[in-house]
Amino acid sequence: MAPRHMPECLMSFFEVADAAVAAAIEAGARYADARVMHRRYESMSVRNTEVEDLTQTEDAGIGVRALVGSSWGFHALPDLTEAGARRAGRAATEIARASARVPGPPLELVEVEVRVDSWANPCRIDPLSVSLSEKGDLLVETTRLMVEHGADIAEASYSIWDARIWFTSSAGHRIEQHIRKCGAGSSATAIGEHETQRRSSPRQYGTAGWELVEDLDLIGSAPQLASEARALLTAPPCPEGTTTLILGSEQMALQIHESVGHAVELDRILGWEAAFAGTSWLDLSQLGNLQYGSPLMNITADPTIPGALGSFGYDDEGTPAAPRDIVRDGIWVGVLAGRDSAAVAGLDYAGSVRSDGWARLPMVRMTNVGLLPGPHSLEEMIAETSEGVFMETNRSWSIDDKRLNFQFGCEIGWEIRNGKRGRMLRNPTYTGIGPVFWRSMDMLGGADELIVWGTPNCGKGQPSQIGHTGHPAVPARFTNVRVGVRG
Amino acid sequence: MSAELDIAAQVLELVRHRAPNAAAEVFVETHRLALTRFANSFIHQNVADEGTSVWLRLHHDGRTAIGSANIGPLSSLDDFVARTLTASQLLPVDPSWPGLNGAESAEAALHGQNNLDEATFHASPDDRAAVVRAFVDAAEGLPTAGYCRTTGSTAAYANTAGRSVTGAASTAAVDAIARTPSSDGVARIASVRLSDMDGARLGAVAVAKARAGTEPVTLPAGQYPVVLEPAAVIDVLISLGLYGFNGKALLERRSFIAPGEAQFDPVISLVDDPTLGLPFDIEGTPKRRLNLVTDGVTQTAVHDRRTAAALKVSSTGHAIAGGARLGPFPQNLLLSPAPEAPAGSSTVDDLPIADPSVAPLIAGMERGLLVSDLWYTRVLDPRTVVMTGLTRNGVWLIENGELVRPVRNLRFTQSYPSALAPGAVRAVGSRAITIPYNWGLLTATAPALAVESWNFTGDATG
Repeated sequence: MAPRHMPECLMSFFEVADAAVAAAIEAGARYADARVMHRRYESMSVRNTEVEDLTQTEDAGIGVRALVGSSWGFHALPDLTEAGARRAGRAATEIARASARVPGPPLELVEVEVRVDSWANPCRIDPLSVSLSEKGDLLVETTRLMVEHGADIAEASYSIWDARIWFTSSAGHRIEQHIRKCGAGSSATAIGEHETQRRSSPRQYGTAGWELVEDLDLIGSAPQLASEARALLTAPPCPEGTTTLILGSEQMALQIHESVGHAVELDRILGWEAAFAGTSWLDLSQLGNLQYGSPLMNITADPTIPGALGSFGYDDEGTPAAPRDIVRDGIWVGVLAGRDSAAVAGLDYAGSVRSDGWARLPMVRMTNVGLLPGPHSLEEMIAETSEGVFMETNRSWSIDDKRLNFQFGCEIGWEIRNGKRGRMLRNPTYTGIGPVFWRSMDMLGGADELIVWGTPNCGKGQPSQIGHTGHPAVPARFTNVRVGVRG
Repeated sequence: MSAELDIAAQVLELVRHRAPNAAAEVFVETHRLALTRFANSFIHQNVADEGTSVWLRLHHDGRTAIGSANIGPLSSLDDFVARTLTASQLLPVDPSWPGLNGAESAEAALHGQNNLDEATFHASPDDRAAVVRAFVDAAEGLPTAGYCRTTGSTAAYANTAGRSVTGAASTAAVDAIARTPSSDGVARIASVRLSDMDGARLGAVAVAKARAGTEPVTLPAGQYPVVLEPAAVIDVLISLGLYGFNGKALLERRSFIAPGEAQFDPVISLVDDPTLGLPFDIEGTPKRRLNLVTDGVTQTAVHDRRTAAALKVSSTGHAIAGGARLGPFPQNLLLSPAPEAPAGSSTVDDLPIADPSVAPLIAGMERGLLVSDLWYTRVLDPRTVVMTGLTRNGVWLIENGELVRPVRNLRFTQSYPSALAPGAVRAVGSRAITIPYNWGLLTATAPALAVESWNFTGDATG
């Protein structure tokens, strides 16, 4: 389906993309691809029952990649005429020629099956068709209940993304995708004399319709979040020390994202992100041998999970979505790769290259990187812990440029003594070294505790891009972890 | 009339046609962004994009809505206006609508303030590649990585109260490292002009720092006096701006700042100085130099029209798209450098790893650390601006006023206001450098800074 305002006299969007690719090739590129995108975005945020922001945006444009020798160029324009597309294609090749002033080693792309196809994610209730008043009422009522139960600042918000993509390449791809995503969350903040405390609902996002938000029960969770935020102001601080740590599944999603997902991005491993996002502690020579974590640790990258935020039919290089093992029985076995980075690394698979829109260069991004469930339950973990801390809901995250040393803070913690959950703890933090931490994982939640979390704010790249990633996760227990670090 | 102002006028006319009584304001910007990125000493990503976007905020029947879109052949301004107007009708009443800027003399206030260099605005891929080539060539064979970026912007603001302003800006920036197997050295600079980007000199600086950082030793965690180089200082400044000098945070009692109180050391004077970027904000308010801290005394937060109205002050020209949630924060922070080097400060004559203006700060330190850069800093408590993060791109141990050896990266957890509190700052450097922040297009200008204590909680290996 074409965007609402597409004049009939215009070319089809495949033809627009083809024109750009043809112009790039005519200008001297040996490979080119183009993505035409039409995007709509809507978000609303409510603060203390007042709508503080309603944003509705819509844009369309074309982004073209051209490869000259071993050098890439990318150009993007919001012009979907044939002339505009050809201009973008020529400019991409011109930029690639400039790149060749500082050229790299010879570059090939790993083979990918050339397909003509279309794909759309399941979406029962189109989120953009739900009335603004219905969506606003949900957020207003959520914040009203939070204020009523003690929140000084009550916030609730949702976001909706609707993107239609037409991808063609000089190899012959013609792929159309329609990807709809949405999600929502809320938080209650209590302001004390010297600090603030916050409790948030699970912020859940996915490639799904508004049914995802309806299932979140924002209103039902509001009173408890507000009272917990207030109670945290007077709760004892998380004690400093080394202890047994149990993480709830939402915090596990963050742990996976930061200390596994980014570490296995092949562009980082190859040094392509060295000056900004950083590199990785992983060395390709260790692929297939390195003990990343305990034998309970099984991580996959799977963009085919229905409804997960990192799901798609094809990545932005036209590679079909396919699951891949990243860590198997604790051993590192896979990476997230693109066609060029995979070729440089001597691997034969790609499939993890995406951009955040038509104006940005596709690059290696996480898909749905998650932990397969284990044999235990959260209840068992607590029961089998004589002394420790249980933490949940991320509050802060910081990790070094090799994705090795991390310090994460959670919104709330509970003391665990003699197999029982005890006092609430405020400002819980924990720190560690990725592989040491993952090797200490000795209990892992089961399939009935699995939640596929969505992270809609993953930053990477220059110019900066915001990625959407999914993270299946279950609660887990770790031993000998340093907790309670503070300034 | 500029193309942007013409679009803004069209949008306002469409609003008047559909809702004659609505108050409306339009911000239209045409941007060019080009970034040439290199790693392993070759250009691996080289991108450019351009386009025109329109932002509309309208207030009708007591309700306020915002819409934004890009301008292209698929765009219908009439549909855009209709959609935004419909949204406003579905929203609850907005009791804190601050009204529009009036028509008075905005053009005069902005006259001549464009931060624009035409050559940078129109810089070519070859121009940026030449800077990269020079940086790589200066690296003496060490692997290099980073970027050279140019931007250009022409913009217009117009509203139904009669105000209309136009402006233009350009920026250029280089942020790059040279690498050894055990160390990285960084060089950064931002300016209105690409011609200020001396790739060879920046490459030489990065190489010198990288070579001086090889084979670092591990240091135990603890409190250390530190000399923060400008790149590290701007992380402190931007965090203070985001969480402290943010008008919305002040309004909601989430900020630590207390205007009129001596919250900082007397050597600290902080201003927001719009020497880069457009000369007005998205509400059409002119930007101007604004004192935030003078001789240690907090002066004010920054405001958009909404936070200003709530606190019965004037907007300081800091409205941004999306600012309703985040709040207004400083965009061009400048920590004023010391007028001259502190006395007795010249024992370090040749300092290849830092700017010469840093030498006096090192010379005055018995034992401490020189820190090039802070990385992945995240707030633990917004009210006290307690941050955790890591050092990056070089740390050196200082003993008896001299740099004695490189140190492995360290993790810290530190309240930034406490580090700059009265009595906590030893000295401010004498040369301020404008540096691109590591996220988005923010920049800040800062000299080096020596502080009494910084709380390192562990080395980066655990």
